Amino acid sequence: MSRLWPIPALILAALLPWLPGLPLFWVSIATTIGIAGIIAIGLVVLTGIGGMTSFAQASFMGFGAYASAIVSARYGFSPWLGLPLAIAVSGIAAAAIGAITLRLSGHYLALGTIAWSVSLYYLFGNLDLVGRNDGISDIPPLSLLGLKLIDVRWSAALIWCAVVLVAVATNHLLDSRWGRAIRALRGGAVAAASFGVDTARARMLAFVYAAMLAGLAGWLYAHLQRAVNPTPFGLVAGIQYLLMTVVGGAAYVPGALLGATLVALVNDRLQDWLPKLLGANGNYEVIVFGFILVGVLQLAPEGIWPHLARLRPRFRRIVPAPALPQRDKPARGTQVLQAEHLQKRFGGLAAVSDLSFAVAAGEILALIGPNGAGKSTSFNLLTGVAHPTSGSVRVTGRTVTGWPARRIASLGVARSFQHVKLVASMTVIENVAIGAHLRGTASPIAAVLRLDRAEEARLFAEAARQLDRVGLLEHASQPATSLALGQQRIVEIARALCLDPSLLLLDEPAAGLRHAEKQALADLLRRLRAEGMAVLLVEHDMDFVMNLADRLVVMDFGTVIAEGPPALVRQNPAVIEAYLGGVA
Amino acid sequence: MDLSILLILIQDGMVNGAIYALLALSLVLVFAVTRVILIPQGEFVSFAALTYAALDQGQAPGSLYLLGGLGIAAFLGASLRARGRALAWLAVETLLLPAVIALVTLWLAPHKHGVAVSALLSLAIVTPMGPYLYRLAFQPMAEASVLVLLIASVGVHLALSGIGLLIFGPEGTRGPPFSDAVMSFGDVIVTGQSLWILGLAALSMAGLYLFFGHTLLGAALRATAVNRLGARLVGIPIARSGLIAFALAGLIGAASGVLIAPLTTVYYDSGFLIGLKGFVAAIVGALASYPLAVAAALGVGIVESFASFWASSFKEVIVFTVIIPVLLWRSLRHSAVEDEE
Repeated sequence: MSRLWPIPALILAALLPWLPGLPLFWVSIATTIGIAGIIAIGLVVLTGIGGMTSFAQASFMGFGAYASAIVSARYGFSPWLGLPLAIAVSGIAAAAIGAITLRLSGHYLALGTIAWSVSLYYLFGNLDLVGRNDGISDIPPLSLLGLKLIDVRWSAALIWCAVVLVAVATNHLLDSRWGRAIRALRGGAVAAASFGVDTARARMLAFVYAAMLAGLAGWLYAHLQRAVNPTPFGLVAGIQYLLMTVVGGAAYVPGALLGATLVALVNDRLQDWLPKLLGANGNYEVIVFGFILVGVLQLAPEGIWPHLARLRPRFRRIVPAPALPQRDKPARGTQVLQAEHLQKRFGGLAAVSDLSFAVAAGEILALIGPNGAGKSTSFNLLTGVAHPTSGSVRVTGRTVTGWPARRIASLGVARSFQHVKLVASMTVIENVAIGAHLRGTASPIAAVLRLDRAEEARLFAEAARQLDRVGLLEHASQPATSLALGQQRIVEIARALCLDPSLLLLDEPAAGLRHAEKQALADLLRRLRAEGMAVLLVEHDMDFVMNLADRLVVMDFGTVIAEGPPALVRQNPAVIEAYLGGVA
Repeated sequence: MDLSILLILIQDGMVNGAIYALLALSLVLVFAVTRVILIPQGEFVSFAALTYAALDQGQAPGSLYLLGGLGIAAFLGASLRARGRALAWLAVETLLLPAVIALVTLWLAPHKHGVAVSALLSLAIVTPMGPYLYRLAFQPMAEASVLVLLIASVGVHLALSGIGLLIFGPEGTRGPPFSDAVMSFGDVIVTGQSLWILGLAALSMAGLYLFFGHTLLGAALRATAVNRLGARLVGIPIARSGLIAFALAGLIGAASGVLIAPLTTVYYDSGFLIGLKGFVAAIVGALASYPLAVAAALGVGIVESFASFWASSFKEVIVFTVIIPVLLWRSLRHSAVEDEE
């Protein structure tokens, strides 16, 4: 699709409601769909892409609606002033609620939003400020150059122009440095943090962005309906917005609009048919919606949109761009990483009991040992994913014990994972670009306004350069998980190199590689060593290690049993016993 | 506030808290065994309370339609996967059982045999809805993530609340108490109904304790809760564990409904808020600890009764905001970033 699609879309949105002969009924439905669609697009970012489920979006819509209603109906300000206010109030409410709720993970967060939604509903219904259960009426309509926009066609035009702008802004946000950070939350928060992504901030960004969209929808709703009360901001409404997103396809912006359209149309028909069918009046459509929600989750959990559209990963043209600045690297031979008497206990079990070693710039050190020797735990201690019970870790001379993973990453420590952690929904090159997160500075606002293009070009040029270095550039635009597992490990190395590291930690990089690929990997690591990189690797493939490493550290039962050059370690009786179980 | 008001508030809180505790236990149980966060638990409560009130009036309760409908739907859904003897058992469980319950109810209801018969019939009508819902909604997606199961659970709640309005109507009713006795100990007035509730709640908890601690079936359920794959490897049928957990949830929900019916006017959608308060308690127990959940439930009941005394219009706001600091404290204690699968 052309990048200019928003312009015809805006013109269409502004003009279509005035089409002669178009029944007002459809125009009116379109306003409902548009308002719901804006909220559902927020949920795409939050739930479908960021992986955080919220049942409280209707409450944030309420914040926006009430904010504008109060200043325009009570204090006589222009409704246009209510727009920034509505968005700001929803955003601030989300930031406050998020600050005490977003640390919750998975289903706890979802339950937390249910609690908030119920609590806020009763708050709206009992506060004099927002008119208790009667709400606020006589809200002025929007006006333009003295013309009051009371005609529903004006509302539809305005709402759908807002939908187009929101869709554009959301696409811009998702295709940016912070957008990749939000998408990385799903692929593994540990991996994202290891590349310097502030995952708490990424979560908050998605939460506040979704709430601001809900606030915008609330503003549109308040001046369209011209009266607000707590009912449309309750939990049932919140569930319906999530329903729309799930039905349409939670990970896709067009899916949100599709879901909003389907739910609004079905809702309209049901409100007509069900009372006739059942002979009574009431909100019986929720019965059908409940069935639809469960049915979709059972039969097509990814929603309808991916079944309609042929989704291809977007091909990204790499434009030449000035190289990114590089950090000052430690001189060859200086100590980059020092671990001193590291100990990690899980209850009574000491996974690592006394580990000390150092890696210098321009050296490849291999950490080996039988299964369960404590190698992976050691990796986690060194990178800040876990914290040692005692002992210390120093990186380029600074004590980093107790630092979070992203701070350690900022010192130039990059890693790969034993179990590959790539984001399945992103292409190879987008995954690699996450590694360069810390080398960019563009804010989410810059991303929405597309002021980040020059920096993005540089980040992607760097990602392409690292992909080329590891020999996978031809796969750049493929979905990351379409590669063979061994190649995915190499993608992780490219991602790590994007960080411009002075220390590279690789967890079993050669596993799953063919012979020629192993040779290529060894050549790459030798080149990096020649450039002055410090490399620490955990590896089971002894041929690979013995031919490559300068020194070996052998672990067993959480402690070092031997250390030295490969030739010496190979003869060490303690090592032979650990691997072969002693002299038979 | 004087001492007698204080004691009344505490007593009120304990009585409501005992019901929240039962619901919390059931939520913990269902979550542990099936990973489903049972939002529709509250519907069992209001359906049982309204069924009990209808039976007391000598009417056939609307919930019989729901029982039959769920039974038939569960049969149709599960029959695709069953054959032979399994199919026959399925028919007995999902078709014959509701038919028998319906016939007995229709036969007994007009005669008004008293609260005991009404209570037992209410339990019989509501309890099987648990396993039918499991078969219909959750078993086909038993391997989905907790989050997806939660969203489905919210969907089931949505559907059931609409059905509740359809079969019970918008009016609320109050059921008859088990006992009209009123005792006074000095300043303190204790109603017989309060004692019934506390006694039955304690008895149910003791029953659950014995079931899980001292029966093979209970041990199998615990094993499923600890490790689903491991339980399957040693031959525990996970689907049946899920059915039993949901049956217990139905039973506990129904019992709570019958107990709460005389205390307050119950509407078709009242159960949801009651169930959510059970949730607040279950979550304080991290959906894992039974004793902690019970203690928290009593706490929620007492907070609620004091909140309704001091700031009655903000009662619900206060009760549901209480959960937030607890969640926060919990998440601060487990600060390790974990990948969400």
